[in-house]
Amino acid sequence: MEALHNFLRSHAQDDRLPWAVQEEAANRFGLTYGAIEETALEINLLPLRYQRNRQTITTAQQLHLFRSSVAVVGCGGLGGSVIEALARLGIGQITVVDPDVFEEHNLNRQLLSTLAMLGKPKVEAAVERIKEINPAVTVTPIMKTFTKENGAELLKGVNVVVDALDSIPIRLDLGDICKQWKIPLVHGSIAGWYGQVATQFPGEDILGKIYPRGAGKKGIETELGILSFTAGFVASIEAAEVCKILLDEGTSLKQRMLSINLLDMEIVEVQL
Amino acid sequence: MIKITVKLFAALRKGRFEKETRKYSSDTTVKQIIDELNIPRDQAAIIFVNNRHAKLDHRLSDGDVVAFFPPIGGG
Repeated sequence: MEALHNFLRSHAQDDRLPWAVQEEAANRFGLTYGAIEETALEINLLPLRYQRNRQTITTAQQLHLFRSSVAVVGCGGLGGSVIEALARLGIGQITVVDPDVFEEHNLNRQLLSTLAMLGKPKVEAAVERIKEINPAVTVTPIMKTFTKENGAELLKGVNVVVDALDSIPIRLDLGDICKQWKIPLVHGSIAGWYGQVATQFPGEDILGKIYPRGAGKKGIETELGILSFTAGFVASIEAAEVCKILLDEGTSLKQRMLSINLLDMEIVEVQL
Repeated sequence: MIKITVKLFAALRKGRFEKETRKYSSDTTVKQIIDELNIPRDQAAIIFVNNRHAKLDHRLSDGDVVAFFPPIGGG
């Protein structure tokens, strides 16, 4: 370990560590990229990729994010953008859950979808994308539908869950499981020009307040479809919520929901 | 008669309005307003009366502000 510390310190540029050094250290010491990134952060060296984070996120916080585990349930319009943001932010462990493969009608909004990925699993695209951004991030792909039965197992050890689903009943199940296992849940959903975001903390039943029990499977998105910028906008708010929960900073959407209307450029806050 | 301010959000505004103060007979319920505005019941997922959660059978009073949000479920 001492040898690795010396190697990293002696190859750092001031206190920043270029990727080429992380790569060389992984090869030289037979360690994963993840182990190298964590070790670097532990000895207060900042991977160069995070240089533009540092005025806002300290190296110690960056280490905390790297040691955090986030599950993104749904890898479509919201999920694709959330995953991208979390990987770049520096979350060390990301679990991605989605049973589907990409279809052509996903191309209008789903960041992970490309012509080349049509017919391929969404979780596979998530793994590839994260690897392209940062191979130090550990991704766990789960190509399954989230259910009440498998939910607890899928979310084991996860610090925060992101709701990026497209089904109201499954969202309610996700809310129940997160409540039961005391995991903070960042809810987001979208339709056309419209979206909403809220965060459910342990002990709360926020999803149950947003969707009446016994409601339909889908909402107004069946009539309106979904636009790319609505997905990106709501996904960004969700990612920001995750970051704040993990770092225990700022003011989260606790017991309040943002209702977003990009057609009239109106954001309304409601108390839940 | 009582005056109720009705606020509609997201796609519920389409072909209706954003905010209006309307006259109703006393004892009007939330459900009657939804029906009067031709909003399908399942399209009023979240209902607030004076910024508090309310149910369909909630009886309104003069000066109340009612807000309706549709169910948004896409991802």
